[in-house]
Amino acid sequence: MTGILTFTAGFLAMAGIFAIMSLALNVHWGYTGLFNIGIAGFFAVGAYTSALVTSPMPAGVQAQYVEQAFGLDQPFLVGVLAAGIVSGLVAWIIGFPTLRLREDYLAIATIGISETIRLIFNNARWLANGPQGLVGIKQPLREWLIERGMPPNFYNFFYLVIVILLMVLIYLALERGIRSPWGRVLRAIREDEVVPETVGKDVFRFKMQSLVLGAVIMGIGGALYAHFARAIQPSVFTPLFGTFVVWVMLILGGSGNNKGAILGAFIVWAIWSGSAYLIRQVVPVEFSAQAPYIRLLLIGLLLLFILLTRPQGLLGEEKEVSRLT
Amino acid sequence: MANLVVSGIILGSIITLGAVGLTLLYGIVNFGNFAHGDMMTLGAYIALLMTATIFPALGLVDTPIGPLSFGWVMLVSFLPAMGVTGLAAIAADRLVYRRLRERRVRPIMLAIAALAVAFVMRSVIYILWGADFHFYSQGLRTTWKLPLGITLRPDQVVVLVVAWAMVVGLYTFLQRTKTGKALRALADNPDLARVSGIATERMITLTWFIGGAMAAAAGILLGIDSQVRPEMGWLMLLPLFAAVILGGIGNAYGALAGGLILGVVQQVSTAFMSPSYKPAVAFIIMILVLLVRPQGIFGGSKSS
Amino acid sequence: MTENGSGRLLEVADVVSGYGEMEILHGVTLHVDRGEIVSLIGPNGAGKSTVIKTIFGLVPAWSGQVVFDGEPITALPPEQIVRRGISYVPQVENIFPSLTVEENLEMGAYLREDDFRPQMERIYQMFPEIADRRRTPAGKLSGGMRQMVAFGRAMMLEPQMLLLDEPSAGLAPLVVELIFETVVNINRQAGVTILMVEQNARKALEISHRGYVLVDGRNRVEGTGRELLANEEIGRLFLGG
Ligand SMILES: Nc1ncnc2c1ncn2[C@@H]1O[C@H](COP(=O)(O)OP(=O)(O)OP(=O)(O)O)[C@@H](O)[C@H]1O
Ligand SMILES: [Mg+2]
Repeated sequence: MTGILTFTAGFLAMAGIFAIMSLALNVHWGYTGLFNIGIAGFFAVGAYTSALVTSPMPAGVQAQYVEQAFGLDQPFLVGVLAAGIVSGLVAWIIGFPTLRLREDYLAIATIGISETIRLIFNNARWLANGPQGLVGIKQPLREWLIERGMPPNFYNFFYLVIVILLMVLIYLALERGIRSPWGRVLRAIREDEVVPETVGKDVFRFKMQSLVLGAVIMGIGGALYAHFARAIQPSVFTPLFGTFVVWVMLILGGSGNNKGAILGAFIVWAIWSGSAYLIRQVVPVEFSAQAPYIRLLLIGLLLLFILLTRPQGLLGEEKEVSRLT
Repeated sequence: MANLVVSGIILGSIITLGAVGLTLLYGIVNFGNFAHGDMMTLGAYIALLMTATIFPALGLVDTPIGPLSFGWVMLVSFLPAMGVTGLAAIAADRLVYRRLRERRVRPIMLAIAALAVAFVMRSVIYILWGADFHFYSQGLRTTWKLPLGITLRPDQVVVLVVAWAMVVGLYTFLQRTKTGKALRALADNPDLARVSGIATERMITLTWFIGGAMAAAAGILLGIDSQVRPEMGWLMLLPLFAAVILGGIGNAYGALAGGLILGVVQQVSTAFMSPSYKPAVAFIIMILVLLVRPQGIFGGSKSS
Repeated sequence: MTENGSGRLLEVADVVSGYGEMEILHGVTLHVDRGEIVSLIGPNGAGKSTVIKTIFGLVPAWSGQVVFDGEPITALPPEQIVRRGISYVPQVENIFPSLTVEENLEMGAYLREDDFRPQMERIYQMFPEIADRRRTPAGKLSGGMRQMVAFGRAMMLEPQMLLLDEPSAGLAPLVVELIFETVVNINRQAGVTILMVEQNARKALEISHRGYVLVDGRNRVEGTGRELLANEEIGRLFLGG
């Protein structure tokens, strides 16, 4: 029984983390029309930054097989904050050459940055231990809670609370931002850049703000992932897991709708986790190596199906929001 | 160094072959085909299916020609691989892109759909062939040692010849034939092309076929030059787009030069850093071009 | 339809059309007889370009009828209409900039199965300036020469009728003269019937057999070129006093 419960808590925590990623993508795509297909890069930067900031420098025997550029041994919240800042910085750097150009340049640049980031973490062993990645990443208050008598496998519940809290906080902040004059300018840019330009808005600045804001949130999501999984490797942050799944979540839920972003994340994560289980049941053992790819195929087909049959997603864009423009 | 330049030219020829198709599609359908890399992979695997399974089942086992590691069966396999990949590209257009186009969605939505198509293609490849590496032939790979420390495999000469024959063929088609000119006209000014009686949808279908077939050929050549694996095309996506941007989007001549430059710079970079950074090098070149000359070195006509 | 080349060539009856939900033309009725030059003038945004696009099938008509050469063409797409002998020169972006002058003309002849060389030579004779630049990309030419390429492309099919959308817009005064001369030449020598939208209303009416004034998606006044030129109200409103 508790097994199922802790599993559920873990499932919901992961879904919550993806909901944060999906909310962030909604800032980019749903509200501003920025085509970011390098989410995995910001995801990775956030995860690694927080891991390095919160871990101590490896010492003793450990130092012989774990290399990392630094280890600041800071508290969880400092790590999350740093993750957001560094991820935002990366966004600023790639926004600079691309945001004035036609929209697909940003798309290609974001693929480029995410692949480059993955290559760097994979090859530069001195930075974060190369392909083996970092393990034993700290979890907030874990020791403190266990000392006070909490069974270790209940920790997921506590972490779930943190994730949901942050998710709700981000949701509320975005809802406010998007209904403000600032949010209206973003949506006007999404519809047609020329209009806000003619009324004297610095379109580049607004796009940059949106790109950085979304990336900061993605960085935070990455940090939450690192402290949840406790171990990260470059191979986690692939275009599939890090980017594509988030896109399917947002499009399914309804881009331009924060509730949709969250709903889509929970549904797709349920499909993703559930199908892994189902495929294992259905597919004969000798094809078990193929099983993960069947899941990938399903997710790809799901996205095409939504695009063709219900491009506005399950919820669609909220009416009262778009009427303001 | 001379050796790296030579191997860069070979890699660059493969990139060029993919990039001219990509840039042609860009001009005609007006979105970045993020499935282009995976079309290369598909072509490479269909050729593998031909050489490793279908032809041997028909009693045709490939025997190497001269110093090459492969023979006629490999060369003949280009045709079905290019044809099937071209048809797959048309199928994707009919099933997905055309329906979106008819709904007049923004071109960027088609790019998202292309990303989905890319993942679908790759997952099918993984499911059918698994994640392992494959080689087209078990034949011996001879190496020639040339002056200036250049080493060259006879296979690579074939790669070069096939790539350039196709590129030149495509250019001749675009420059000399009525249909080729109509394709360029359509890329230039779609409304005026329509007004002139050019059947847009037929041209789009043709472009998908050409793009798919050329991508397949590029994929096979990449497989001959290194090996066949499911991620091979995806890893080429960045160099392909970088070549297209370098040459100016939609500019077929630009893509040619862009592809060669990228191939050479990527290979030469391995003298200074780990070869695994090659895609990152492509990315840096692309960013530099965007900063200095966003319309591409050769001035794309539609960079606004 | 009459046999010997006179009579109605184009008839637009009570056409309503627009973009998306927005109705722009609220019932336009006009006709062009064989051999005529007819001008369509009116203020900016009146819907003049929309009339031309609706005739050519680029904007679907919501109601009303377009009849060409005795046959209804209302629901046909542009690629069908062009086969019937109407060519259209758009107001803007009316050339293929990266194609050479010669290739632009070839694209004009895209639908022709027969030998189009003689017609191409006639066009080069009409526009010697562009004949000297056959191999130059059309986008590299001056505004006036581009307009000649645009005319040339449309003429390659040897159409019965040309639809011209503001052929003189944005050109230097001398070139404007040349363009109007060309329009008259095409009409007189090649016998092509012309429906032309013009901002340069006075000049247009001077060379036109008849004209229509379009205001707010309806044609308000109709008359011969001279009548419209003499009409005081029109003079005040559109002809600059
Ligand atoms: N593609 C379009 N989509 C939506 N509205 C359009 C479109 N093209 C034109 N319009 C609108 O239709 C109306 C008529 O435009 P049209 O181009 O026919 O006018 P016009 O008389 O040719 O003007 P001009 O002298 O400026 O060329 C204008 O209000 C314009 O804003
Ligand atoms: Mg107009």
